[in-house]
Parts: sequence; C-alpha cells; structure tokens
Amino acid sequence: MNDMINLSRRTFIKSTALVAGGLVVAFSIPQAKRFMGVANAAEAMPLPAPNAFLRIGADDSITVLLAHSEMGQGVWTTLPMLIADELDADWNKVKVEHAPAAPAYIHTAYGLQITGGSTTTWSEFDRYRQAGALTRALLMQAAAKQWNVPVDSLHTENGAVVNGQKKLSYGQLVETASKLPTPTTVTLKKPEQWKFIGKATKRLDSAEKINGSAKFGQDIQFEGLKIAMVARAPVFGTKLKSVDDSEARKVPGVIKVVKVPTGVAVIAEHYWAAKQGREALKLEWDLAGHDKPDSAVLLKQYQALAQQPGVQAAKAGDVAGASKQAKHTVSAEYVLPYLSHAPMEPLNCAVKISDHGCDIWTGTQMQTTDQASAAKILGLKPEQVNIHTQFLGGGFGRRANPRADFVSEAVEVAKAAGLPVKTVWSREDDIKGGFYRPMFLHRANVALDKQGKPLAWQHKLVGQSIIKGTPFEGVMIKDGIDATSVEGVADSPYVKGTANHQVHLHSVPSEVPVLWWRSVGHSHSGFVMESLIDELAHASKQDPLTYRRQLLKDHPRHLAALNLAADKANWGKPLPAGVSRGIAVHESFGSYVAEVAEVSVKDGEVKVHRVVVAIDCGLAVNPDGVKAQMESCVAFALGAALSSEISFKDGQVVQSNFHDYQVLRMKDMPKVEVHIVPSTEKMGGVGEPGVPPLAPAVTNAIFAATGKRIRRLPIGDQLA
Amino acid sequence: MKLNINGKDTELNVSDDMPILWAIRDVAGMTGTKFGCGMAQCGACTVHLDGQAIRSCVTPVSAAIGKKITTIEAMQEDKVGQVVQAAWQQIDVVQCGYCQSGQIMSATSLLKQNPKPSDADIDAAMSGNICRCGTYQRIRAAIHEAAAKLA
Repeated sequence: MNDMINLSRRTFIKSTALVAGGLVVAFSIPQAKRFMGVANAAEAMPLPAPNAFLRIGADDSITVLLAHSEMGQGVWTTLPMLIADELDADWNKVKVEHAPAAPAYIHTAYGLQITGGSTTTWSEFDRYRQAGALTRALLMQAAAKQWNVPVDSLHTENGAVVNGQKKLSYGQLVETASKLPTPTTVTLKKPEQWKFIGKATKRLDSAEKINGSAKFGQDIQFEGLKIAMVARAPVFGTKLKSVDDSEARKVPGVIKVVKVPTGVAVIAEHYWAAKQGREALKLEWDLAGHDKPDSAVLLKQYQALAQQPGVQAAKAGDVAGASKQAKHTVSAEYVLPYLSHAPMEPLNCAVKISDHGCDIWTGTQMQTTDQASAAKILGLKPEQVNIHTQFLGGGFGRRANPRADFVSEAVEVAKAAGLPVKTVWSREDDIKGGFYRPMFLHRANVALDKQGKPLAWQHKLVGQSIIKGTPFEGVMIKDGIDATSVEGVADSPYVKGTANHQVHLHSVPSEVPVLWWRSVGHSHSGFVMESLIDELAHASKQDPLTYRRQLLKDHPRHLAALNLAADKANWGKPLPAGVSRGIAVHESFGSYVAEVAEVSVKDGEVKVHRVVVAIDCGLAVNPDGVKAQMESCVAFALGAALSSEISFKDGQVVQSNFHDYQVLRMKDMPKVEVHIVPSTEKMGGVGEPGVPPLAPAVTNAIFAATGKRIRRLPIGDQLA
Repeated sequence: MKLNINGKDTELNVSDDMPILWAIRDVAGMTGTKFGCGMAQCGACTVHLDGQAIRSCVTPVSAAIGKKITTIEAMQEDKVGQVVQAAWQQIDVVQCGYCQSGQIMSATSLLKQNPKPSDADIDAAMSGNICRCGTYQRIRAAIHEAAAKLA
C-alpha cells in the first residue's frame, strides 16, 4: 500500500489541462482487463471534456467525479475519501458529481462503465488514490515554483501547500499547476498516514437527500419534456396484434400515442394524463405460439429435470462409489421463487434527441451498454450519446441491464414521438415488468461418514441463466455453465472439501426476463448451502457452529467471521424463553459474512428479534458505510425470505404492487449489530455479501425453535 | 384550481381528480415528494394536509381545497421538521434516499402528535413507509434522537 507507482507504466496520464472548472486531472488505464467481453474503448475513443476524476476550482472547491453510480451504497462518500487522503484535501470543500459515460471511467476490472458486483471500492482503491496523489504532487511543484523554493521543503495540509508560516490554497495554485508537466511517479501514503481511510465518515449526500433537493432520474424536468407511459405485453415475448387508441387520445393532457418495439406509448403533459390515457387504450396481443409460464407447472418441470443429469459444473472422485460407504445420507430439495428488485424509485428515463446527438438522464448502473444501445437505435456513434447519471433510487441490479431495457425503450419512445420524453414506469409496470432473480431449484444428496463428515456430495441446480442472450455470454458462460448460476455451490468450501463431489446444472430456456438481483447466484446458493450444512450437522448430532468450524478449518477468513459473529451473539448461552438462534456463513464478492439470527415462532408467525453480523471485507474504507450496507443487506434479504415472491398464472405475473409483492417494513426490522473483522486481507465488496447468509440464519433458527426445516422461500405461511 | 402549498396560494391548471402528488410534482414542479407505488402502499409520497400525514398519490386535489399542503421542501422552516432532519443527518440514516422525504414527513407528523414515541408507536406510525435500502434501524434511532432533542 506504500507503492511508488510508476505512472508511465501502470497508469497512463491522458491529460492535465486548465478548463473552465479548474485543474483537470484525467487518467485512463489502457490495460484494463477485458472481463465482460467488451473491448477497452479507452484505446480507441477520444476523451470528451470535461473528463476527469478530480477538478480543483480557483475557489478551492474539489470536485470528485464518480466513475460509479450512487444508489445508496455510499460510493458518493467512499471514493472521495480515497482522493481526500492522498490530496490532503479540506473535506468541507469536497463536492461530488457523477461522471459522464466515457472511456476514462471504464471499470478497472470489468472493462465497461458499470456499478455492480460489489466491486466499486476495491476496484478504485488504487486509481482514485493515484488521482489524489498525482494532483497533490502537481500542486506542490506549483507552489515550489511560485515561492521559488525546493519542493521537498514543502508539505500539504487541509487543502493548502505550506511553507513555514506561508500557505497557498490549492485554488491559488491551479493556474500554475496546469502549466507544469505531469509527474511520472507518485508515492502513496502509508496506512498510518491516512486521515479518512478506515475512519467512520458521514455521507456527503445526506443533506440533499433529507431536504428533498437531491435529483433522481424521476425528478428531471425541463421545458418541453413530456411524460410517457408504455403499455407492454401482458405475457412475456408476445407481440401487439391491434391498437385502438381513439379513447386514449381524448384524455385531456394526452399529446400522442406511438407504437414502439415493446408496446404502445402514451405521451402526455404529466403522469396523470399518461396513466389515464394508457388505461383507455384497447390493445390485442398475439398470444399464439408463446409459453404461458405457470408456477405450479414450472415447479414440476424443475423437479423432473433435477432427476436427470445436467451439464457438469464441478466433479471430483467417485460420488456413486463413496456413497455406498455412507453412515447417513441427507437428501433434500430446495426451491426459491422469482424475485423482483422493486427499487423505491420506479424505473424512468428522460431522453432528448437533437441534431448533434442524444442526451439521456437516468439512474443507471451500466452506462456503457445504455450508451451503445441508444447509439444503435439512433444511428449515432456512442460518443454522441451523453448519459447524465442521476442519483439512483435503489438499484439492486435492476438498473444494470446488459439489454439496456428501460433506456432503449425510452429512446425508442422519444424517437417515435419526435419529442423529448421521460418514460415513467408505474409500480405495477415494475413488479410485472420482468428481469427477475430467476426461480431456482436445488436437489442435493450428501453422504456422511461415521463422524458426520461429508463423503460424497451430489448437487443439481435447475434455473434460468441470467447471462444467456446478453453480450456477456461469450465470457461468462463456459462449457454450457453460466458461472452466476452455480456460484456459491460449485466453488463452495464444503463441496470442494468433499473428496467425492459432482455439481450439475440445468439451464432452463424461458421467455421470462431474468437478471442479477442483489448477490446474484449467491442469493439462492447461500440459502441452500447453509441450510444443508445445518441439516448435516443435525443428522450427525453436532452443534451447527462446531460442525461448521470443523469443515472450514482450512478457511481462516470464513472462520474469523464465523467466530466473531458467534462470540458477539453469545452462541451457546441461554436466550429468553421461546427465542432460538441460527447461524450461517457465506463468502461472496470477496467478502466473508457470518450472521446469527435470534428468532421466535408464535402462532405460525416468525419474529426475528436480532441479527448479529460479522464481516471480513479486508480493509473497511468507511467502517460506518460497511455497517450501513450490512444493515441494508439484512433488511433486503429478510423481506425476501419472509414474504417476497413473483409467481405466474396463465402466463401472467400474479403480483402487482407492494400489497401483494411484500417487502420488509419497519415493524419487522430486527435489531442489527455489525462487527468488522480487523483484516489486512484482500479487499472484498460490501453491497451484497450480507444478503446470502441471512435467510439460512433465520430458517436455521426456525428449525432450532420448531424442528421444521424450511426448504422453500418465502417462508410465508409454512409455519401456520 | 387554487392550492395552498407550503403557505403559498398556487394556481394550478389541474382536474379535480388528479392526485396531489402529480399536481405537486408534474404541474407545480416541486420534486421533493416522491412517487413510489400510486396506491398508498409505500409512503414515499407522504405530505401533510392541515398537519396530518397523508399519501398524496391517492388523495385528489379536490380534497385539498381550502386546506394547507405541506411538503418536504418546507421542513427546514418547521420547528419539528428541522430537528428531525438534523437527527437524520446525525445518525446518517440515508442510503439511496428516495424514500426519505416520505419517512421524514411521517416521522415529523408522529412527533407532533406523540412527542415521546415508544418503539411500538414508531412501528405503528412508520410501517406504511417502505425503505428498500432497509434504513429502518437508523430511522428508529433518529426518531428517538429527535424526540430527545425536542423534549
């Protein structure tokens, strides 16, 4: 962490220049890995201006440009902390903006501009610190020049270069600095010199989010902007047969009705007119020749598939042979439903097409694919499409769509209407609109020896592939295995630690659109694996914590999280009457999270009183941000575990709004205690890894309380 | 139609049945009040009508004639609202922030009616406001903090 970084080799400095806003320091990393199959456009495309990670204004303001989107996870604060430490910035002068969609902001590991995979902090840890360090070096050189003194006689503090009693603020040095050659090396600070990194830091976006002034995509308004609502197919994949829009056009405030590839758009002066206009449309859809998904039928189909061999995702030893030595065999089927992300801010996207290009205002997690998709629709070059990323009113994966669904549709509407429009989805559109966490069925047979240790582990997964049919298919599906379908199983320490194992996958084709949902494959595999381990512990008459410790003895980061959570939760000590504990530990996105849930069951109702979380994410850049994300993961996962489900009947989604797609509310929020494992191990993520262990911690506690093993989510009325 | 929004009489060209939410947002251009569900299920659209917390997404403008609509934009000038906002900042409640206008409007209304709410009171008053980021624990702490400051 105290590397002398050779910038000419590792980081190519594209430009430093004085622009209207102040000193601009821009970087790009030409050798960014090609992870998702998207070529690194930084080599091919010119940098638009202003384009930077950092601007210092003559007024001493420090504007940090975020290559990632703020959707609640706190990067609006974390990334500026990285710069502020290296720059010795005055924290009160720090402002933040979302960066435009441009090659300079391509993810250092993924090769496209994206916020996802719980990667932002670790993937920017070097780049943002380098930006701060480089700028500080430049400002010191500028001060040395202005004072005509050697640079090593100077130091920096709180937004100024200091020479004895004399001070020059960064703003005062901007002009001189802009004329200097850029340094080719910088020295990053040692951890003991950090003032921000590792210290609990309050959010920089708090004030505007509590007084109503923060701008989300939904809040974009400008002269001439109209509101559009799209009537979409009631059964996924079906096409429009006929439209009668005569009544819709009569609704006061309705301006136009246009056909778009996804359906029929009603364009109006405001949402209320657009909604009423849409309700007045008479549409016929061609349902012939399409699947009509039905949850009961799907379950039978998945169960039948789980009896057949699938595509092999992992194998070792001889499962059939070893199973014959078994003392016990645990066989279980687990089923998890389709889930909607249901971010609080319904999807929306404002589009203005002009002679020179297109401007898009939206909350998005994946600017590169949105930009490319809009450009394709309009026959433009990607750089002619400006994406103005707004605050995201929640993402959870829904706003990172490789198919760019809601952005592409908005562009189609604006194009067809010949007007600037903001498409707005109703909550019903959101719940019924697809791109769900896919339904998954797991079938496992685990053979145990006399001591209860797994001898053979056979595991089959059945579900839709998230990646199939997207631009990432070439990279993320290998030998017929979508890595996101089997993550958390095929790479599980329990499975890999079993000498004889076999993991098979059935990827089910379907027209139901599916997508990553906070913690992706781990959202189902974490529940299944940590429930199964509890079943194995019970079958071998061992304490669930002791049993896990034995199986994870060569996995120190799992163990550290597990032991810390168990210790803080007083595992093994008495609880109030009627309250039981359950435990789970799961690694995802490079972080190790253990959770202990305290649960009671009364009259068939589950009450989760307290959840103790322990996480090893390596260095916690903003410890309070880590805690907030763990609290968030617990709430998000608990709502899903207790009551969320998307189901199908006659091809249509049954649920429509928060009355029947239920999520966690205040009354069901447990007390959450978060403990961070002091760690200098490799950094992992925090936005998602708290989700996977929650459901099994709760259902394992339910088993401890009632003896009933929950093998289907949501828990719903299974205890009634 | 004349509506009194944050103490100002505002003439808006809207039909009687338009929900207050859309009159505020799409016609008056004040975007602090949020759209979340359109059927009084999530609380993102909470405003005060003559001091009572209501869901503006299902309340037609006709119900506000002759009454005072108060939105998040006026909370900085409201004695209780200010304290609630300060507590929100002190506890660092927000994440994505989209629901927080509604949370603050519900919490302010609660504290005006019940200056020292218990956890059960908070559950009852706040369970109509969904937060998908799950900031409930901090909302609860911030309400207690604001109650202590107001005492």
